Amino acid sequence: MGDATTATTAASTANYPVNSTMAKAITTGLRASMERDPKVILMGEDIGKLGGVFRVTEGLQKDFGEDRVVDTPLAEAGIMGTAVGLALRGYRPVVEIQFDGFVYPAFDHIVSTIAKMRARSLGHVELPIVVRIPFGGGIGAVEHHSESNEAYFAHTAGLRVVVCSNPHDAHWMIQQAIECRDPVIFYEPKRRYWDKGEIGPAPSRGLFEAATVRPGTDVTVLAYGPMVRTTLQAAQAAEEEGTSLEVIDLRSLSPLDMDVILESVRRTGRCIVVHEASTFLGLGAELAAQIQEKCFYSLEAPVLRVGGYNVPYPQSRIEEDFLPDLDRVLDAVDRLMAH
Amino acid sequence: MIQLLTPEGELVESAPQQYRDIAASLTDDELRGFYRDLVLTRRFDAEATALQRQGELGLWASLLGQEAAQVGSGRALRPQDYAFPTYREHGVAWCRGVDPVNLMGMFRGVNHGGWDPNDKNFHLYTIIIGAQTLHATGYAMGVQRDGAVGTGDPDRDTAVIAYFGDGATSQGDVSEALVFAGVNNSPVVFFCQNNQFAISEPNEKQTRAPLYHRARGFGFPGLRVDGNDILAVYAVTKVALDAARSGEGPSFIEAFTYRMGAHTTSDDPTKYRLSAEVERWKLRDPIERLKAWLAHEGKADRAFFDAIAKEADDLGADVRARCIALPDPAGTDMFEYVYGEDHPVMVAEREEFTAYQSSFEGAH
Ligand SMILES: Cc1ncc(C[n+]2csc(CCOP(=O)(O)OP(=O)(O)O)c2C)c(N)n1
Ligand SMILES: [Mg+2]
Repeated sequence: MGDATTATTAASTANYPVNSTMAKAITTGLRASMERDPKVILMGEDIGKLGGVFRVTEGLQKDFGEDRVVDTPLAEAGIMGTAVGLALRGYRPVVEIQFDGFVYPAFDHIVSTIAKMRARSLGHVELPIVVRIPFGGGIGAVEHHSESNEAYFAHTAGLRVVVCSNPHDAHWMIQQAIECRDPVIFYEPKRRYWDKGEIGPAPSRGLFEAATVRPGTDVTVLAYGPMVRTTLQAAQAAEEEGTSLEVIDLRSLSPLDMDVILESVRRTGRCIVVHEASTFLGLGAELAAQIQEKCFYSLEAPVLRVGGYNVPYPQSRIEEDFLPDLDRVLDAVDRLMAH
Repeated sequence: MIQLLTPEGELVESAPQQYRDIAASLTDDELRGFYRDLVLTRRFDAEATALQRQGELGLWASLLGQEAAQVGSGRALRPQDYAFPTYREHGVAWCRGVDPVNLMGMFRGVNHGGWDPNDKNFHLYTIIIGAQTLHATGYAMGVQRDGAVGTGDPDRDTAVIAYFGDGATSQGDVSEALVFAGVNNSPVVFFCQNNQFAISEPNEKQTRAPLYHRARGFGFPGLRVDGNDILAVYAVTKVALDAARSGEGPSFIEAFTYRMGAHTTSDDPTKYRLSAEVERWKLRDPIERLKAWLAHEGKADRAFFDAIAKEADDLGADVRARCIALPDPAGTDMFEYVYGEDHPVMVAEREEFTAYQSSFEGAH
C-alpha cells in the first residue's frame, strides 16, 4: 500500500480539475479509495440508504453493496470496537461519526485500543482505521452538534489527526488517510461542506504537510478547518489596512508540520493561532509552546491565540459571540502589531 | 402485544383482565382528559413544526403518531415520580406540567434546556442517545437509599421512568442501565417507544429479537403494548410503576408505535421509507381511536370535541406568540452557569469578552 506521505497516484488519471462542494469531494474521494482497494469498508449510522446526514456517502451503498457501506446499529462504541476487529482481519474500516459530540461513546476504543495496538504488539499489528468526524459550529445546531474536540485525539500518541478545509484537500486527504498505515482521525468542517471549489490533480503534498495558503510578511496566522476561510478573509481585510498576513493551513494537527510553521514565524516574527476549539489546552497552546521554544529570538511579540472561550459550546443564538471571526483575528493582529 | 382498544375503537375482550380492570376504573372525566391531552399535545407539536419552517426554531423533533405512548405513560406517573426523557417526549412533558414553550427554548437556540428539572420532576431533554437510561437508574438507586420504595404510602413511594427509542437499545449505556437496575432491583421502568426508525434505520438494523424480550435476559419482566392505544399504555405503565414503587423492581415496556413524521425537521424520510407504510399507520391513529370509542360509548359528544379543537387552536396561538417572544440570551450568558464556584479562567474571559464587545459600541 502506498505511503501516505506521497501523493495518491492511482486516481490521477481521472479527469481533473473538477468543481465540487467539499462534501461531494469527500464522496468522490471515498469512492476512489473503495474502487482501488476492496478492503476499504465504510461503517456508520445512517450512511447507507440515507447517504449520511450530510449525504457524504450518498450513492455509495447502491454501488458497493451493504457489505462495504454498512448501516450499523446505533452504537458508537460498537462501531469502533468492531472496526478494530475488522482491521485485525485485514480490512480498512472508514468510520463515520454522525456529529462531533457523538464520538465519546467510542472514545475508549480509540484511545485505549486503536492508538496503542501497534506499540503493544511491537509493530506486528497495525490498525489502519480512519474515523471521519464532521466537526465545528456555526450551523445553528442544538447541543452536541458543534464541538471541536480535536485536542483530545491530538493529545493521544498513536493517533494521527488531520483536518481538511477545502474541496481539493478533502478529496485527496481522505484518500491519503485511508492509505495511511496508522489510525487517522479525519475532521471535516461541517459548515464548509457546501463550499465549492476546484479539485485539481493528485497533489505532491503529503497528508501531514501544512500548506501556506497566502504568503505574507508581517504576521503568521496558523489555522485549520473552518477557520482557514475566516483567516483568509481577515488577511484580505488586513492588507487593505496595510498589514500583510501569511496564512498557513495546518492540515495536520498530529503530527504538526513544524518546519513550515517555524520557517514562517522566523520571517514574520509574529504569530497568531486561530481555532474554534476553546483555547485552554487547545492546539494553540502546543503551537505557542513549540514556537517560543524553537524560535524565541525571532519573536517580536508573544504568540497569540484566537479561539473559542472556555465554556461549553453555547446555545446557537449566541454562538457567533463564541466563535472566532474576522474581527477577532484582526483585533489580535492589532495587538501584535502594537509591539 | 397488549391492546385494549382496536384501531377502530372497540374494546378488546380477550385482553388480560388486570389491564381491562384498570381501564374500566378510569372515570369519564379522566378519559376525556386523555383525549384533551392527546389533542393539545399534537397541536403544539404541529405549531412547533410550523415555527421551524418559518425560521423561528432551528430544529424540531415531532412526536406525531406517538401521542398515546407518551400521554398514556405520562398520566400513569404520580407527582413524586421522576421522568427522564429523550428529545421527543413533548407529550410526557405536557403531562408533567412543563410549559411547551420551555421545550422550544433549546430548539430555538436560546438555551440548552432551561427548565428546572426538579420543579416538575421532569429531567432535561437528553440528546446523547441512551445516556438518560443510566441517569434514571442511578436516580432510582437514590430513591431506594432514601427508603422511598415499598413503604405502602402512596404519596411517598416513588418510581422512575426512563424514555428511549428503538435505536437507543443498541447503545451500551442502555444495556448497562438494564444491568444496574436488575442487580439493584431498582424502581425504574424502561419505556421504549419503538417508532420503527432510528433516523433512517429500521428496526432490523438494531435487533434480531423483539426489543421487550431483552428484559428477560436481565432478570425482569418485559412486555409489548400497542403504543397507539392510550388505554393499554396507561394500564401497563400503571402496573409497572406500581410494581416499582412497591419494591418489586424494574420492568421494560416496549410501546409499539410509528414515527409519522420526519426524524426531525432536518430529515427527509422519502429517502428511506415508503409512503404506503405511512398510509397504513394513519389507520392506526391514536387520537381517532380514542375519539371513536368515547363517541360510541357516549362518554363525549360533539360539543366536547369542538371545545377541545378550539382550545387546541388557542394553545397553538399562545405557544407561537410566547415562543417568538422568548428573549435572546446575552453573550455573557455562556459564562454564567458553568461553575458553581469562582473559576479564574472564567472570570478573566468574561471580562475579556465584555471589554471586546464594548469596543464595538458606537462603532456603527
Ligand atoms: C450518541 C449519539 N449518537 C448519535 C446520535 C444522533 N442521533 C440522534 S437521534 C438518532 C436516532 C435515534 O433513534 P431512536 O433511539 O429510535 O429514537 P427516535 O429518534 O426514533 O425517537 C441518532 C442516531 C445521538 N444523538 N447520540
Ligand atoms: Mg426510533
